Amino acid sequence: MRYLPLSETDRTDMLARVGISDIDEIFVDIPKSARIDGLLDLPRRQGEFAVERDMSRMAGKNVAASSVPFFVGAGAYKHHVPASVDHLIQRSEFLTSYTPYQPEVTQGTLQYLFEFQTQVAALTGMEVANASMYDGSTGTAEAVLMAHRVTRRNKAVLSGGLHPHYRQVVEGLSSMAGDRVEALGADPSGTEDILAAIDEETSCVVVQSPSVYGHLIDLKPIAEKAHAHGALLIAVFTEVVSLGLVESPGAQGADIVVGEGQSIGNGLNFGGPYVGLFATRQKFIRQMPGRLCGETVDSNGKRGFVLTLSTREQHIRRDKATSNICTNSGLCCLAFTIHMTLLGGNGLAKLARINHANAVKLKGMLEIVPGVSVVNDTFFNEFTVKLPKPAHGVVEALADKGVLGGVPVSRLEPGKSALENLLLVAASEVNSHEDRAAFVTALKEVLA
Amino acid sequence: MSMNNQGRPSAPVDTGGVAEHPTFTGNKALAMEEPLLFETGRMDVCGVDLDEPEDFAPALGNHARKAVPDLPALTEPEAMRHYVRLSSKNYAIDAGLYPLGSCTMKHNPRLNEKMARLPGFGDIHPMQPLSTVPGAVELIAELAHWLVTMTGMSAVAMSPKAGAHGELCGMMAIKAAHTAAGRDPKIVLVPESAHGTNPATAALLGYKVVAIAAREDGTVDPAAVKARIAEHEGDIAGIMLTNPNTCGLFERDIIAMAEAIHAADGYFYCDGANFNAIVGKARPGDLGVDAMHINLHKTFSTPHGGGGPGAGPVVLSERLAPFAPLPFLRKEGDGITWVESESELKDGERPFGRMTAFHGQMGMYVRALAYMKSHGADGLKQASEDAVLNANYVRVGLQDLMSLPFGQRWCMHEVLFDDSFLKDTGVTTLDFAKAMIDEGYHPMTMYFPLVVHGAMLIEPTESESRSSLDLFIATMRDLVMSAQKGETGRFKGAPFHAPRGRLDETRAARSPVLKWERPTSRDVQPQAAE
Ligand SMILES: Cc1ncc(COP(=O)(O)O)c(C=O)c1O
Repeated sequence: MRYLPLSETDRTDMLARVGISDIDEIFVDIPKSARIDGLLDLPRRQGEFAVERDMSRMAGKNVAASSVPFFVGAGAYKHHVPASVDHLIQRSEFLTSYTPYQPEVTQGTLQYLFEFQTQVAALTGMEVANASMYDGSTGTAEAVLMAHRVTRRNKAVLSGGLHPHYRQVVEGLSSMAGDRVEALGADPSGTEDILAAIDEETSCVVVQSPSVYGHLIDLKPIAEKAHAHGALLIAVFTEVVSLGLVESPGAQGADIVVGEGQSIGNGLNFGGPYVGLFATRQKFIRQMPGRLCGETVDSNGKRGFVLTLSTREQHIRRDKATSNICTNSGLCCLAFTIHMTLLGGNGLAKLARINHANAVKLKGMLEIVPGVSVVNDTFFNEFTVKLPKPAHGVVEALADKGVLGGVPVSRLEPGKSALENLLLVAASEVNSHEDRAAFVTALKEVLA
Repeated sequence: MSMNNQGRPSAPVDTGGVAEHPTFTGNKALAMEEPLLFETGRMDVCGVDLDEPEDFAPALGNHARKAVPDLPALTEPEAMRHYVRLSSKNYAIDAGLYPLGSCTMKHNPRLNEKMARLPGFGDIHPMQPLSTVPGAVELIAELAHWLVTMTGMSAVAMSPKAGAHGELCGMMAIKAAHTAAGRDPKIVLVPESAHGTNPATAALLGYKVVAIAAREDGTVDPAAVKARIAEHEGDIAGIMLTNPNTCGLFERDIIAMAEAIHAADGYFYCDGANFNAIVGKARPGDLGVDAMHINLHKTFSTPHGGGGPGAGPVVLSERLAPFAPLPFLRKEGDGITWVESESELKDGERPFGRMTAFHGQMGMYVRALAYMKSHGADGLKQASEDAVLNANYVRVGLQDLMSLPFGQRWCMHEVLFDDSFLKDTGVTTLDFAKAMIDEGYHPMTMYFPLVVHGAMLIEPTESESRSSLDLFIATMRDLVMSAQKGETGRFKGAPFHAPRGRLDETRAARSPVLKWERPTSRDVQPQAAE
């Protein structure tokens, strides 16, 4: 087997060295009744070429985003990732290293984590960021738990503009942990009155902007009301590129900012691995979940970096830890950091302008299709379209015509007839004028 | 000292360090210092060519950002150099033996990377119509089949994002099962040798963790489990047991413990981080396990990536299978359905909710399946046997010099030593580990598990050749003898040859500096001459 360096001779000699002739003698502690001799029901080994052919066959059945006019978003976005990013993250020294528990020989990882934290803090407008969560949805659930610890209350109020999957992740964990959640109804128009839901028992208000329906939400009044009642504002985003153009949640008074970082540096990958961004105020750092990288000096007085404040974490604090997270999104942070480094603040702002401009153009082209209207007044690169018939069928029919035209709201919020005709449509820098024209043509045909 | 005819020393001169040959840059040939990207980056360069859009009417309302993020950029050549130089400061499996116990630092095949980057896997969106991604569902179903077959379990929840997330998923399924039965037990039993994620997970769900001490031989005593169960009669939600355990031992009384926990209406969660020892040798389903996560980034070779990402699918017993979270696979005859929402449920399906947005770690699924297909049933069993053989070879090579806390007995894929062999040497486990760095090795896992003093947990994995193990054993023996001879200088200040000496962790924690700050103008102004 090409990955196993021991030869049969090695095995025989090594068995002799440890004093036996049959490897099974080592497995004596496995109860006899439970011993098996191999996995008889599974196929045998295959060479590299055979595996490649088999897996390429499966991959070939899927429609890749780059191969068609593509407008699918709802929490994951198709962007162009520079070739150098994927090259660099495949360097052995990054790819095949473990969590940097031995800082003397993992300064590479530690320094990029420090750079990552700096970038995330700057983008979100917050004082500190951690070294990543699994993704935006699990980060949101962790943010709610953190708010409970900070406020010593346990009721979270969730906006109806929060991505429904994020809401479900929060609700699942909260109900099991015995915490309360008040989730407002779906808010496709971006007009909900969340202020009315905040009271003296509220631990946190969770608001997504741009919302899952694309609306930009004014966080300031929500932060003010939350703070007046001793609650925290958790601001969520699923499209990190928006932070290049939209006011940062930190500048609007958010206490915890959490979101999905996939758009920068990371491919779509059918939903994972992605990278959860998590930032907060300095005064809350001891309540934060996840790893933190900090600056220090070595025995020769040289600057270096280490994982720090680990007394919050499971490996030290066990059942008193702020979270159970261990493995996080390491290499996805690196991809994020490299892409962000290539862009810089100005490049990100320009990328965001291109995304926004393409969305504005797309909106203009879609809303003149008969029977179609756009719900949003404000948006970044994604908005909600109202169709004359159920969006689910329209999306399938568009796919048959070779256009991936968005996400039917009914896929995220099934069984709600008021939402059936709504379609989430996302634009990005990868869309050309021809892509948009193809979309409009196909949509007209489907609706005709 | 002998000189050659050009007057240069023909043997290395011991300068006692490099201080006698300072360089202007601080670099030492290939060992380069590298500043933070913010210190060399500029606001007026960009590493991505983007065209400014033509004039358009923005739709941002009054939400426009007032100032661009204060983040300098690097152009592509600068970025390449920056990250390549950083990479040179990392230890990695591809560079050397990485014997981190409990982490299974095995070879990461590059075929896996290539497969994960096929556009049909890497460039598909989780919310594009399922009719456009049948190959993705097929891949997940095939991986699920391998996992369920290897473990002898009924079902698998694919979506958890890492081991700890899998623990959470499994414990949530257990809680949901109790709730469905009208019960609300409060206690979860966790051996003291468990990884920190186990008690942390139980506590997240509001459970009270009751610890079980290890017995003399490093395993869990079923009598101790039964005693705790009796103390908390009627209030036991389950047990979280690692098998093979964190001392590198197979829990030989596992079936008795499973029976005891089941008799108390509790469930058996197994931490499967150490599954690499027993693939093709035993199936958790035959041992009474109800739920077990599998770290695809350990047993199935997906790269650790400096801390992640991983994937932690959880295999489930028949009793827990109905509670698996959304989304899940439903098999009907030859067909597979990907069930995403409550509205699609059939009788008997009672998912407890959702662990994450979308479908889980597809990128890791592709890699893990490429690994499994490459090994096949025969290769997977061989890999486990080799991993276990390698660990025992190391054990036998070191046991006369280093101390085995539980005596000379077979270990599984990792071997645990304690620090009693360092007694009175003045050298600690930490010092010993740092001296290993100077020898070109990543240290083993230290101070874990907590049940032995100064733990050193060595997991060589099946990826090491015999000659690599021989050199490792010889190096370790040399270090031990050196410590015992009182050569503390080799240990106390170590490492001497790493990119950095020991780092001041106390200082990092006392006044945390967690990001780069732009120097204030005062800081950068030249000092006036005195
Ligand atoms: C025994 C054990 N359990 C659980 C975990 C947690 O797994 P992960 O880091 O994938 O969350 C680990 C590894 O880190 C482990 O070694």
